[in-house]
Amino acid sequence: MRTICFYFQVHQPFRLKRYKFFDIGNDHYYYNDFENKSIMRKVAEKCYLPTNKTFLDLINEYGNNVKIAYSISGVAIDQFEMYAPDVLDSFRALVDTGKVEILSETYSHSLSSLKNREEFERQVKLHRDKVKQVFGVVPKVFRNTELIYSDWIGEYVADMGYKGMITEGAKHVLGWKSPNYLYCNAINPKLNILLKNFKLSDDIAFRFSNHDWPEFPLTTEKFVSWLNALDPKEEIINLFMDYETFGEHQWKETGIFEFLKALPNAVFKYSDFKFSTPSEVIKKFDPVGAIHVPHPISWADEERDLTAWLGNELQDEAFNNLYKCYDRVKELNDPEIWKDWLYLQTSDHFYYMCTKWFSDGDVHKYFNPYNSPYEAFVNYMNILSDFIIRLEK
Amino acid sequence: MFGWEFPPHITGGLGTACYGLTKGLSHFDTEVIFVVPKTYGDEDLKHIQLKDAGDVVITEKRMQYEEFWDKFRYLEVGSNLIPYMDPEEFAKIYDKKIFLGSEYREQVFKTKFTFTGTYGKDLFQEVARYALIASYIAASNDFDIIHAHDWLTYSAGIAAKEVSGKPLVVHMHATEFDRSGDNINQGVYDIERAGMEAADKVIAVSNLTRRIIIERYRIPPEKVVTVHNSVEPLSLPEDFKLTKGFKEKTVTFLGRVTFQKGPDYFIEAAKKVIDVDPNVRFVMAGSGDMLNRMIKRAAKLGITTKFHFAGFLKGQEVYEMFSMSDVYVMPSVSEPFGISPLEAMMSDVPVIISKQSGVAEVLKHALKVDFWDIDDMADAIYGLLHYEGLSKMFKKYGKQEVENLRWENSAFKVKEVYKSLVGDV
Repeated sequence: MRTICFYFQVHQPFRLKRYKFFDIGNDHYYYNDFENKSIMRKVAEKCYLPTNKTFLDLINEYGNNVKIAYSISGVAIDQFEMYAPDVLDSFRALVDTGKVEILSETYSHSLSSLKNREEFERQVKLHRDKVKQVFGVVPKVFRNTELIYSDWIGEYVADMGYKGMITEGAKHVLGWKSPNYLYCNAINPKLNILLKNFKLSDDIAFRFSNHDWPEFPLTTEKFVSWLNALDPKEEIINLFMDYETFGEHQWKETGIFEFLKALPNAVFKYSDFKFSTPSEVIKKFDPVGAIHVPHPISWADEERDLTAWLGNELQDEAFNNLYKCYDRVKELNDPEIWKDWLYLQTSDHFYYMCTKWFSDGDVHKYFNPYNSPYEAFVNYMNILSDFIIRLEK
Repeated sequence: MFGWEFPPHITGGLGTACYGLTKGLSHFDTEVIFVVPKTYGDEDLKHIQLKDAGDVVITEKRMQYEEFWDKFRYLEVGSNLIPYMDPEEFAKIYDKKIFLGSEYREQVFKTKFTFTGTYGKDLFQEVARYALIASYIAASNDFDIIHAHDWLTYSAGIAAKEVSGKPLVVHMHATEFDRSGDNINQGVYDIERAGMEAADKVIAVSNLTRRIIIERYRIPPEKVVTVHNSVEPLSLPEDFKLTKGFKEKTVTFLGRVTFQKGPDYFIEAAKKVIDVDPNVRFVMAGSGDMLNRMIKRAAKLGITTKFHFAGFLKGQEVYEMFSMSDVYVMPSVSEPFGISPLEAMMSDVPVIISKQSGVAEVLKHALKVDFWDIDDMADAIYGLLHYEGLSKMFKKYGKQEVENLRWENSAFKVKEVYKSLVGDV
């Protein structure tokens, strides 16, 4: 049997408001409610609601044959509860069909796995509890922020009892190997690893509407013909992408929804592929070998490394100062402090401080509220300085 | 008097100084006709008669002065150098799409002229056009002396002198060497020098500036007179109250974040202080072409939870900043005068100023350091923060000292210059 495994990332950060030096010590509210609400409503109307409806229709039409998985960050769920309960209902309806798997991740879509294991595990548990409370299911497969993965992060995840984890099929890690098999963690082989087929995923996520792409326009027949052209021994095609691909990155007018609606039919008609959730993949297949990832990888940019979030002076300074707060946050054990602590960890804040995007282009600019990485840094540090004052009280 | 800006529409110290000076002159019954490129209607006109150069209707009559236009055309030098330009606004102009906000126009009204296409060149064209209009004003008004402030108005001053035959005084508030170090703009330098050569007297805002004028512009020393600037008493709103959100003492840098102002030395000194005493906060308020580099440097030094960037402050925010400050530092590499330390002292903030500033010549109750000596600077900051006797003394005597600096005194000296040229005015 051969299968397609769809996983979509659903995430919205709590964007920070313009926080001035004069506010330090005086104003302890950090979020831009107006912007967060309006972006949430916009994305809900353009992406979440129509795409959820499309998948619900497909599941109703094809029954047991259409399966998908989502990872929904805790901060996104919080914002659905605040600004878009209708979206949350539509996700619930999908989960209730039993054909949709929800994955585990860190509550605040954070980079904690790279810095503080205790906090990482705390956040994973928080998120698991939240998913249980909202959707009534307990996730079995883990997805780390931005698909960040390394051998030791995999080990943490295995120790927490997860059977599987998904990450990027990064070329520099795979070498001659194919991402289209199940692998296992190099330290703890009990943890199964699913690797993103970035070529086929990005054909949909990034290139679908690109007129300069030689393969434009992408039809479902063409896409299925690429699947058929693969070595028949290659079993699993992992198509991982941001959920905002549908209706946001690729506008409705590009025909992305029509593509989605027609895809299952084309797959069933012209190929022997089926759809499975990550848990089903792990159940049905055996790993072909271990994958060695000594240095963390991610799904971002050409380099597939961490440099979108960490590495320049600004990012490292902000990140290190943030995690210095942990002991004190724990000691205080104050619900308001815990909440801000979570929200300040969201990876997007560090993404906005990236200086690479003078070269790396459009994806980084998407929804970026700042004019420059310097502005993002100054604003973040003003807020963090206030947060530190609260910790010292 | 030919100026380029007048409060409230100011971008730098020039407008403030022109205002103080004309106000001071009014104490000596000196009548001033002040010409600026564009008036807005909300300037304080109690002391002077403000002429709007843009009010001059272009008629046939004015065309007879066409010869001056020709004369100054050679001064048009292709460049995009903007003196006293707020760097943030400068960046906006570079980023051509954003420069239409109304706030922008109000703040930097002098660049209004330059909105027409090729920017840099137009500034010099405006200088020449201003000169043309000046000759018309000179022909149609009655006056005894011509006084031109900074290079932008020197062509106007020369033109007015040619038409009227009246003596010319040029006032150097800054030299091109202060603004640009040794990488000067030759066009600006040429205008500055032509203005001073044509002038009957040159007023420098400090001895430091006077020396530069003599040494680098080759102006005869006997022609150059130093008249120090002063400061207006502060008028704070009645209900002015500020809540400082933290307990640490605060050390402030306030000014354009550019080479001239020495922000890099401030950061290095801050690092040294924080290493010894983490219970201090530093603030860099202002923006400029070195700001991003400064942010990166602070991040690299690992001090950004104690070193804050407040951005460009305007109006009341400046006083808020002062009232939060325990030490004010002006580490300028080259500062012809520097009014802002005086404003800080008015707000009871002890100041540390660089020896390379004109204001260092008039202040006794301020700590003076070499801008490059960051150890000395750090030491001075630490001292003012920790030895209460020192800061108390500086506050007490500093305020007195500044209050004794009056624009009337500066104006009196300017009047003496006038008298030396035309007798009593």
